[in-house]
Amino acid sequence: MLRINNIEVVYNDVILVLKGLSLHCEEGKITTLLGANGAGKSTTLKAISGLLKSEEGEVTEGTIEFMGEKINGVDPEKIVRKGVFQVMEGRRVFEDLNAIENLRCGAYTRKDKAGVKRDMDLVFDYFPRLRERATELAGYLSGGEQQMLAIGRALMARPKLLLLDEPSLGLAPLLVKEIFSIIRKINEEEKTTILLVEQNANLALQTGSYGYIMENGKVVLDGPCEKLRQNEDVKEFYLGVGETGHKRSFKNAKHYKRRKRWLS
Amino acid sequence: MEFYIQLVVSGLVLGSIYALVALGFAIIYKSTGVVNFAQGEFLMIGAYFCFGMVVQFRVPWFWAFVLTLIFSIVLGLLVERLILRPMIGEPIISIIMVTIGLSSVLRSIVQAIWGTQIQVYNPPLFPDAPIQIAGMPVSQVYLWSFGLSLVLLVLFGLFFKYSKAGVAMRATAFSNQVALSMGISVKQIFALAWCIASVVSAIGGILIGNINGINSQLAHFGLKVFPAVILGGLDSILGAALGGIIIGVLENLSDGILKTLFGLQGIKEVAPFVILVVILMIKPYGLFGTEEIERV
Repeated sequence: MLRINNIEVVYNDVILVLKGLSLHCEEGKITTLLGANGAGKSTTLKAISGLLKSEEGEVTEGTIEFMGEKINGVDPEKIVRKGVFQVMEGRRVFEDLNAIENLRCGAYTRKDKAGVKRDMDLVFDYFPRLRERATELAGYLSGGEQQMLAIGRALMARPKLLLLDEPSLGLAPLLVKEIFSIIRKINEEEKTTILLVEQNANLALQTGSYGYIMENGKVVLDGPCEKLRQNEDVKEFYLGVGETGHKRSFKNAKHYKRRKRWLS
Repeated sequence: MEFYIQLVVSGLVLGSIYALVALGFAIIYKSTGVVNFAQGEFLMIGAYFCFGMVVQFRVPWFWAFVLTLIFSIVLGLLVERLILRPMIGEPIISIIMVTIGLSSVLRSIVQAIWGTQIQVYNPPLFPDAPIQIAGMPVSQVYLWSFGLSLVLLVLFGLFFKYSKAGVAMRATAFSNQVALSMGISVKQIFALAWCIASVVSAIGGILIGNINGINSQLAHFGLKVFPAVILGGLDSILGAALGGIIIGVLENLSDGILKTLFGLQGIKEVAPFVILVVILMIKPYGLFGTEEIERV
């Protein structure tokens, strides 16, 4: 469905962020993209949705194809119309609009009023808490509710491909669980293809069906999520589980570093 | 007593026109972040265009009005497309300087075509004969201007609250980038904002021109809208409307009172700015301006 071939992204004409990244999203599946801070995960999503343009970034090499059509260089508002919708990192709801107005903004590109109305009910069914606070300004919602609103807003656009940028950011573990179960539900019930960017590797690898791991602007490892979960390196670096299967003690891992710091 | 009531009434009328022009100002500021110093010139050029139609070409009022609206839409679009859009992403001070330059250019154009003499609409838009309300004569111009401004303000209020484009404009005002990610074309929203601003200013210009006559001093009206906008909070539509009315009434009252009691002249020009300074000392965000929502 989505195919990224060897793209390079440059910010401000000088800063090379993605160095030949390729990935592929299969229709109807959840694909996850993992990596440490600064690996280029968000940049990848912005390259797909076209929002790079608003940040002085540019895809200089390679192609991004969505349903067989080249979409790099296309204006972001046109990409939304093609069915690609990005939920940006850090929720980014319209704080001085109420929840319903936020949802209406998500449906901005749609013409079918009846369908929009039905989908608004659908979103409220997925997130009953939003229904209770529908007329409240989004700025006053809690972090979890804002994340729900951001995902709901994306659903309102009826996207074919949903790009989720760290939906777990800054949320309590229980809420993260709730949100991820809804993400899975959306994928199953609405058949929406999802590209999920996460720091929470454990959760992401349980949610997705195929995973990519990025470092320094490149994919360093990819495979089906179950396989990645078994991979020794992934276990050690991303899941925090050592070879023996025991959790590594923080004390042992950092011991020499701490001592060194004290001595020097 | 009647004198004061008269002052309040004419203040309300003046204020409602301020409110209309302030609305245009606030829309531009809110959705594009640009402080438009050429607002008064939009008003002036609209008033003169209508004057040209009515007096020089003898077009009936209704059509002159419609033509003026079309002219304003085109003007707004042109200004946005040719002058403001290339400036997107430039420092805010450059953009402000551009609007100041634009204001000089527009004013010179008007003076070159129509001169600097005071002109009057002839025939006037509304009948001359005053109407008796509760035993007081009120001229029809006042009534109609007040009514028309109020209707327009309410219409725009509804537009922003309920229409798709209105909600999208508020969304864009909050964040251009997030609006883009919704598929909202930010360029179109900017163009729409300039169109609305230009149209409401032109209507304000026609109304004020029917009350006071028109000359190139009309552009100062745009300057006096500043206190109204800032009083209401730069980015609040409701605030702009209320601010306009408050400033109009206060300006007229202080002028009338000081003139009769102390014989002071010209308070009218200063009063709005005195009020402005006082308001800013008490409420720096304006009466209705957004104080950033902070979740704790």
